[in-house]
Amino acid sequence: MIIENKDFPMYESEAGSCCSSPQEQEEEISYVNSEGFLAGTIETAIDQVARAKTELTAADKIGSFKARWGVGRMNYAIAPGLYAVGNPTPEAPVLVSANYKLSFDSLRKELGGLDLWILVINTKGINVWCAAGKGTFGTAEIVRMVAETNLADLVSHRKLILPQLGAPGVAAHRVKAESGFRVVYGPVRASDLPVFLKNDCKAEPEMRHTTFTLADRLVLTPVEIVAALKPLAGLALLLFLLSSVALLISAGQYSFPVALGRAVYTLLPFIGAALVGTVLAPALLPYIPGRALAWKGWIVGMALVALLVTTFYSGASWLLKGIYMLTLPAIASFLSLNFTGSTTYTSLSGVVKEMGLALPVIIVSASAGVVALIISFFV
Amino acid sequence: MKYSYLKDVVTLKLDQSKCNGCGLCLEVCPQQVFSIGNSLSSITDRDACMECGACARNCAPGAIYVRPGVGCAYAVLIDKLGIKGKCCGDACGCTLEGISDY
Repeated sequence: MIIENKDFPMYESEAGSCCSSPQEQEEEISYVNSEGFLAGTIETAIDQVARAKTELTAADKIGSFKARWGVGRMNYAIAPGLYAVGNPTPEAPVLVSANYKLSFDSLRKELGGLDLWILVINTKGINVWCAAGKGTFGTAEIVRMVAETNLADLVSHRKLILPQLGAPGVAAHRVKAESGFRVVYGPVRASDLPVFLKNDCKAEPEMRHTTFTLADRLVLTPVEIVAALKPLAGLALLLFLLSSVALLISAGQYSFPVALGRAVYTLLPFIGAALVGTVLAPALLPYIPGRALAWKGWIVGMALVALLVTTFYSGASWLLKGIYMLTLPAIASFLSLNFTGSTTYTSLSGVVKEMGLALPVIIVSASAGVVALIISFFV
Repeated sequence: MKYSYLKDVVTLKLDQSKCNGCGLCLEVCPQQVFSIGNSLSSITDRDACMECGACARNCAPGAIYVRPGVGCAYAVLIDKLGIKGKCCGDACGCTLEGISDY
């Protein structure tokens, strides 16, 4: 029996709905060439099943690196379907994963020496956690793929092992009702899978918790840096133009090095603020006082201003110092606020609340700073 | 290390009268929000909830409510601005992607 909860309709369009526009879903995504990560096929009761390698090649690692830096990240998908690891029998466990190649790679590299099946479902090339939030890593797609691959004819048991982080999209009781397969939630991390499987599919408590270590926090910063590059380039251009015009007006003649020099001098603290917001604040996250991320970013931004005006920029005009005080913490604060999307612990309600408080302050402070910055070139 | 986000903001609710004590909410919660005693689940660390919705989605008797969503300022912002289809791509470092979520 399927129990629908009528009081609490689930997964209506919330903030996370931004990826479900109809056009995007119809968009064809091409799959990564599978030759590099497959090692032949095995004969089974239903059909030939491709065997996945459990060691990553240089090409896999380069692909991961590029995806982390946002290059071709939306087209890093593999073909959905059944894959074998080792020499699985009909009794071998079935793991379910997303068709984002980074997810598939991080799974298979932990499975050396094991014999099992992997059911890769179509999450449109999105990782398990994000796809679960959108429902593409979800009950319907799992049920559909179980039927499409004739999984029930391949394996003798009726059990699917899902990543725990897929749970927001999957109703275990509905998968059971609709496909006959029982869902068992595996550990959060793929690296705990061998122990989990050995322990009869029992997860130790620590396998159930997400952590957010320094490495976890920094692995996502490249994408944030790339995102900050464009506005920085725009600012660089603006500063150069202002510096050139100001020079022409005051000196009556133009000198490229002088104009460039002033633009670069003015720009460098902004690059500093971008790095503070995207790298330093995430790195120091647990050690910065306060709870709201916008606040944490603002504090580190103020620390940057304090450092600059007492050292490299101690000779700057009071106006420029004031401008940095208005803009740099605002930039760092905004970028830290953006980092909420990369954390493992921020809630939508919390983000909405802190945005309501912080964004007006950030906008007013940064706008005043920019106006003052433009004026500063002509006084 | 356990991180603490804002206090008293999350939408998580548990109706113990509907709970059947299956314990799946404890299993799927990545933030250790629940504990079980007297064969019933209870919320013991509500502020740790990140509103992922895993507990409510997997609660067969429907005892749990949470408004699920992604705690991502960028997603909230582009949603407010009415921009569609820009999320989870070039601009986001999406939650937990860095962790080996297989």
